[in-house]
Amino acid sequence: MDMTPMVDLAFLLVTFFMLTASFREAEPVVVDTPTSIAEDMLPDNVLQVTIDNNGRVFFGMAGFEVRRSTMKAVADQYNIKFTPDEYQKFGGISMFGLDIRQMSQYLELSSGEREKAQSAGIPYDSTNNQLMHWVDFGRRAAAVDMQRRKQEAKERNQPFKDEGLRYAIKADGKAPYDKVKKVIQIFKDLNIYRFNMITNIEDEPKI
Amino acid sequence: MAELNTGGGGGGGKHGKKRAKKLSTRVDMTPMVDLAFLLLTFFVLTATFNKPKVMELNFPFDKETPDEPISEVRNGLTIIATGKDKIYYYSGSLGKTEKLEATDYTANGLRKLLVDRNRDVVEQIRALGQKAQKTNMADSTFKREMVKIQSIPDALVVLIKNDDKATYKNIIDIVDELNITKVGRFVVVDELDPKEKVMLADATKLNP
Repeated sequence: MDMTPMVDLAFLLVTFFMLTASFREAEPVVVDTPTSIAEDMLPDNVLQVTIDNNGRVFFGMAGFEVRRSTMKAVADQYNIKFTPDEYQKFGGISMFGLDIRQMSQYLELSSGEREKAQSAGIPYDSTNNQLMHWVDFGRRAAAVDMQRRKQEAKERNQPFKDEGLRYAIKADGKAPYDKVKKVIQIFKDLNIYRFNMITNIEDEPKI
Repeated sequence: MAELNTGGGGGGGKHGKKRAKKLSTRVDMTPMVDLAFLLLTFFVLTATFNKPKVMELNFPFDKETPDEPISEVRNGLTIIATGKDKIYYYSGSLGKTEKLEATDYTANGLRKLLVDRNRDVVEQIRALGQKAQKTNMADSTFKREMVKIQSIPDALVVLIKNDDKATYKNIIDIVDELNITKVGRFVVVDELDPKEKVMLADATKLNP
């Protein structure tokens, strides 16, 4: 039997899935999310805040450019200067959780060391609300990036689908709800009211 | 099996030189194909299961718009989550409430309570589900009809509150139970009322 066409197809599929696969990036903290019956998929264009069981907060966004320009804006806000190399490195980090004033030291580490390093979480109390700035500038950077992609699509006469930035919260089941509430309040102060809560899947029981 | 094409080749010179006997160029490709399918399986599986699942949750505006009168709630329930996986609740308005009732997160606790209190809606949605199966209703139509049922005047309206001992899991569990029991109108509220605090303290003393 001639299997050539089947093998061709198999390799075609392998190539396709390899190219489209996006690997889950390493997260700086392990979070055990609660379960729910929700079946919606996490959208691609998200700004994610992770809260661990001690109430430490981590921040992550999709997109290299977006992350870089967000960090620029936040650094300006706190009058901190970073080298272009540091911005470049930050763009490659999908999620982090520390004070921006310690960012330089953190970026000096190799990626292996970074995974092991203990992060203190982003400060989010009222006297030092860095999380608010990250969310706010992140949102703006995402909007600028969307305009740019729209423009590019227009120039190439391609259809453009506006996905819009979504806000995801991934919190540990054991995190005190008051901490989560505080984070949500920060979003609400920025007029963001709709969230995607990341949960593990469970079967829907019959009622 | 796939094999390399060995045919053709130069026709040889006119003065036909003697050539070494051709060795077979067939290669056994079975291991390669095995590997290809293994990779294919791996990528297909990871591609589908990679994405986390999310539960959409809306929070209320901080400032109520005063020009829109709040329609009277006929069937209201306030659920208060607290530590040690306990839930307290009361029905109707706070003014007429004297003490809180206790329940828990099991199927016989909160879920039974919600189904009992939201019976009309649950029954109607069950009927709708059967009808949808028979008539091959589109998913979007089904959802639209479900939302319509969920906002009938007698539908249950739930306020979710918490004290400082509640965990995130408690709140998500409550919202999940509301989704399971098809309660369409619920909101996670920020602050406990002073009277609720007093009642909660009394209730926790009774059920340590």
